[in-house]
Amino acid sequence: MKGSDVTVSNVSKSFGGFTALKDVSLEIKKGEFYSLLGPSGCGKTTLLRAIAGFEDPDSGTILIDGSDVSGLSPDKRHCNTVFQSYALFPHLTVFENVAFPLRIKKTPTRLIKELVMKHLSLVQLEGHAEKKPSQLSGGQKQRVAIARALINEPSVLLLDEPLSALDAKLRQHMLMELDSIHDKVGITFIYVTHDQQEALSVSDRIAVMNAGLVLQVGSPQQIYENPATEFVARFIGETNIFRGKVLSRKGTLNVIEVESFGQLLVDDETPVEVGDTIVVTIRPEKIRISNDEPSGDELNAVRGVVEEPVYSGFQTKYIVRVEGGGRLTTFRQHANWSEGIPDIEWKDEVFLSFSARDLVIVEKSPG
Amino acid sequence: MKRNLGPAYVAPQALWLTIFFAAPLLIIVAYSFLRKGLYGGVETSFSIQAWADIANPTLLKVTLKTLWVSLAATIIIILLALPCGYSIARSKNQALRLFLVIVPFWTNFLVRIYAWISILGNEGFVNQALRFLGLKAEGFQFLYNQGAVVFVLVYMYLPYAILPLFSTIDKFDFTLLEAARDLGSTRMQSYTKVMLPNIKGGVITAVLFTFIPIFGAYAVPLLIGGKDSYMLGNVIADQLTKTRNWPLASAISMSMTLLTAIAVFLFAFKKPKEQQAVKDIDPLSLPNGKTIGFFHRGPGQGKKKPSGKGVA
Ligand SMILES: Nc1ncnc2c1ncn2[C@@H]1O[C@H](COP(=O)(O)OP(=O)(O)OP(=O)(O)O)[C@@H](O)[C@H]1O
Ligand SMILES: [Mg+2]
Repeated sequence: MKGSDVTVSNVSKSFGGFTALKDVSLEIKKGEFYSLLGPSGCGKTTLLRAIAGFEDPDSGTILIDGSDVSGLSPDKRHCNTVFQSYALFPHLTVFENVAFPLRIKKTPTRLIKELVMKHLSLVQLEGHAEKKPSQLSGGQKQRVAIARALINEPSVLLLDEPLSALDAKLRQHMLMELDSIHDKVGITFIYVTHDQQEALSVSDRIAVMNAGLVLQVGSPQQIYENPATEFVARFIGETNIFRGKVLSRKGTLNVIEVESFGQLLVDDETPVEVGDTIVVTIRPEKIRISNDEPSGDELNAVRGVVEEPVYSGFQTKYIVRVEGGGRLTTFRQHANWSEGIPDIEWKDEVFLSFSARDLVIVEKSPG
Repeated sequence: MKRNLGPAYVAPQALWLTIFFAAPLLIIVAYSFLRKGLYGGVETSFSIQAWADIANPTLLKVTLKTLWVSLAATIIIILLALPCGYSIARSKNQALRLFLVIVPFWTNFLVRIYAWISILGNEGFVNQALRFLGLKAEGFQFLYNQGAVVFVLVYMYLPYAILPLFSTIDKFDFTLLEAARDLGSTRMQSYTKVMLPNIKGGVITAVLFTFIPIFGAYAVPLLIGGKDSYMLGNVIADQLTKTRNWPLASAISMSMTLLTAIAVFLFAFKKPKEQQAVKDIDPLSLPNGKTIGFFHRGPGQGKKKPSGKGVA
């Protein structure tokens, strides 16, 4: 496996009185596509800049391939950055932009030509070598930035929201392309984004950050299906949150009392005590919506009225006001649309049902 | 849709330039082809005597010296102004620093020259201080030499270079420097290979704003220099007031203007190889795209900044 592993241990960084990173620790494996995901201002860029060498941590260490890189200037580190703003050199052509690191290293001209053309073809820009950055589209600029960052054959590629300036369609396309470039070059990618869809679709692992803290590290599935905190649950995708008191517990099956919903069955291994206040979450697609009353053992079922159906082609999102007064969000896929399943419309009376096992405890506090 | 009245907008400026620039220039051209009057002035008869007189070795020597002094001063000024403009552009209180650059302009040009005389003169502040400290009783002769002229010229014209350089550097995207560092260049390489090419327009403006007035300098060499520090400006003045050869003075002035124009043309208007580059760097226009007002910021850059009127 090419690429390096990157170990961040207990890194803190503050600007003036403001703490941008609080005791952050991460272990990024060789060749991994690792995402740093979090809302704006949570410290993602600061962490990336610390790895690249643009920011000195106040405390903690960063190891690349096991050796401490503190005090090493950016040009001495085997990582290259794809900047959010592209940072292409406006006075140079595409070719010269990509050739820049090689010219600095005084690589022989013939070799430069060969390497640059190879990297331009990796990002499918062979035909644009002689253009100036100002003559390129956003997506093309992005590709130049990627080719330029890869030409030094870094062992770690740092990408700071590289797609945020592109429109949705192009973003999807570039994301897939990034993924295939990652497969081809096989080095470690550290990918900063605030877009959970992006992170979920390409990452091997994701670190979710908020306010300078790492809240959870895991595979996309772990992050999505088993969020560690209420923040992670809310930040990744849509979700329903219940806050309730544990009434009884038998094995892993809890009965909880939730205000404006009534009693719910929650099957989760997290040890809780009777009397604890817990926060549980369930993803909308795990809630079935139907006109008929459902039945089943470990099943939660509530009755409600459709308050807002939101049609979006492949599915409809329903916001349902339940009998107790609370609101739930559910998705229904349109896979069987043509078979004429009964349509559910605004103000219809419906039943919502969901398995106790699909509810996940994300927070608990005693008493 | 609004009609573009482009050409009409320059009419007032065109009129102004015609009256106050083109006309006097034509008068000087005309004078250079007239016969010299006995006690100054001209007689209205055609003569190319003045242009013939120009080709004399003394004048050539002064011309070369003037070029040499102007070049030296300009180079020193640019080398000082680059880091200065950079540090102002990157500082948090740009307004204060710009203010400090401009403050000297509140004092008259001549007064500032005399200030240097009273600081560096034989009986000046520095020499008196040295004497007081018992270090050097007879004092130093700081002034009345070529070095002193260059020194005071650098002092006088430094702000004219700092302002356009600051203005361009301020618009420079500093992440490009980080990108350069990231891609393996040293700090120095990131300045020379990335920043310098991108602030070329500002450097050209700064060179023109300093070289041209220094080339025509008169007061500084007169008051600060010795007899051997005479520059072309002094020669012209002497021809007007002492030798009273107005046609020759006009001819020298015209040659200087031509020389400067050619130099500017070669230096600033030299067409870059590719056509695109012309769009990227428009050499003579000020970095902000206006002819005056250094402190104007391009649209889309919201940081607060003193306006041209407020400070200039
Ligand atoms: N040089 C700096 N000086 C002062 N504060 C800074 C500096 N750099 C970052 N910060 C602050 O640190 C916090 C984290 O910044 P950072 O750029 O890492 O956020 P981010 O997660 O990358 O956000 P975004 O998604 O908006 O890019 C922010 O509140 C920011 O204001
Ligand atoms: Mg950021």
